[in-house]
Amino acid sequence: MTDFHVNSGFLYGVTAVIIVFVLAQSAFFLVKAARRAKQLGITGATIRKTIASSALFTVAPAVAILLGVITLSKFMGLPFPWLRLSVLGALTYELPAATSTATAMNLSLSQPISDAQAFGAIAWVMTLGIIPGIFLVLFGLKKIQGGVMSIKNKDPKWGNIFMDSMFLGMISAFVGMLFADIRLGLPGFIPIVVAAISAVIMGICGVLIKVCKVKWLEQYALPISMLGAMAASIPVTWLMA
Amino acid sequence: MNQKSYTDSVHLYGRIWTATAIFLLLMAPTAICVHYNAWPEMQYVLKGLLGVAPIYWTVGIIEVLTYSPMLGTAGTYLSFVTGNLTNLKVPCALNAMEAAKVKAASEEGEVISTIAIATSSIVTTLIIAAGVLLLGYLQPILESPVLAPAFDNILPALFGGLGVVYISKNPKIAIVPLLFMVILFLLVPSLASSVGILVPVGALIAIGVSRILYKKGRL
Repeated sequence: MTDFHVNSGFLYGVTAVIIVFVLAQSAFFLVKAARRAKQLGITGATIRKTIASSALFTVAPAVAILLGVITLSKFMGLPFPWLRLSVLGALTYELPAATSTATAMNLSLSQPISDAQAFGAIAWVMTLGIIPGIFLVLFGLKKIQGGVMSIKNKDPKWGNIFMDSMFLGMISAFVGMLFADIRLGLPGFIPIVVAAISAVIMGICGVLIKVCKVKWLEQYALPISMLGAMAASIPVTWLMA
Repeated sequence: MNQKSYTDSVHLYGRIWTATAIFLLLMAPTAICVHYNAWPEMQYVLKGLLGVAPIYWTVGIIEVLTYSPMLGTAGTYLSFVTGNLTNLKVPCALNAMEAAKVKAASEEGEVISTIAIATSSIVTTLIIAAGVLLLGYLQPILESPVLAPAFDNILPALFGGLGVVYISKNPKIAIVPLLFMVILFLLVPSLASSVGILVPVGALIAIGVSRILYKKGRL
């Protein structure tokens, strides 16, 4: 049996293959969509702005995902959490999956796993526990998208309202979640204050765009609001916690 | 190329990439077990799965049904492989479509959403790779208690800004699902850990409200 180590070169090799695959798939669809955008008359400037603003928007959540990799690395090493959080995964799922399996094996997660069998069990649970969604995409997406298009084609106005309603449903759930901790007293209001700061910054951006005609801000208003509110959360937490 | 042939080609390539992704995903734990000649005992895998599969299999299926209309065809194929939908890919696509003034489920919305998600996937992958390579330098900074509140508050910071845009544009549709969710989370705070399941509930309420208002000619 080969000696097992959570940070072995072999695990880095497996991870590298999948990371390269993800980059290749992303680059493929980026090029394909950019070409199609030009055929549809979307300007190169709009495409470039979309890329730039999406890149900026991604920085903070990506750093948070990196923190997730660090959290999992304490017992799973670096390569496998890196793989899991780059493909299909999210820390909200990966950590419970690892914990659930470790508990079943009476394994402590306070130190790196030294047993290949235990590591394999956790790796399988992390992989299998989240896989049905992607199977549904593989076999059912065409049908789902066909249903959406038929709603749009039947009545375009209702189709747009339907899509806006879906967005609002998602936003309502996450805005509602901000109120979950207010029974804890003042610290429980921190998420609401942070969201309010983000909303105010977004409002200021809106005024600058519409009244002062600062057009470039259109693409960057949300990343600026998010990063501004995250920065403000530091003194807010210091004051309220 | 017309829209139908573009969509058909996206489905074709999307399925090829997704099938390959599933194969690679399953090959990763297989390769680990083969390389170390250490297959786990089935009972531990099943016990571990029992702790997460009931909720995450449900959430996974709900996410496809809820998010795929918002993300478009290529965006869905890509984002369900790269993951991190709620905290990254969906808001990123919504932001890009809003800024480019295009509608979801339109031809333009489809391509702008795809460009945003592809960019986001590449940037995320590169940031994590850089972070892993520079971990020794970055870990003390990223894990410093001073910065901890900023990373703890990503979702409020994200949904505050995103929420004000969409709610202010559609207050009549927003008010009922919003009030429902606020009251629900006040009454049952523990639901915060399974917010993904409540997204389609919010969507169904919003669709119901908007359908009534639309039929009455108030939208």
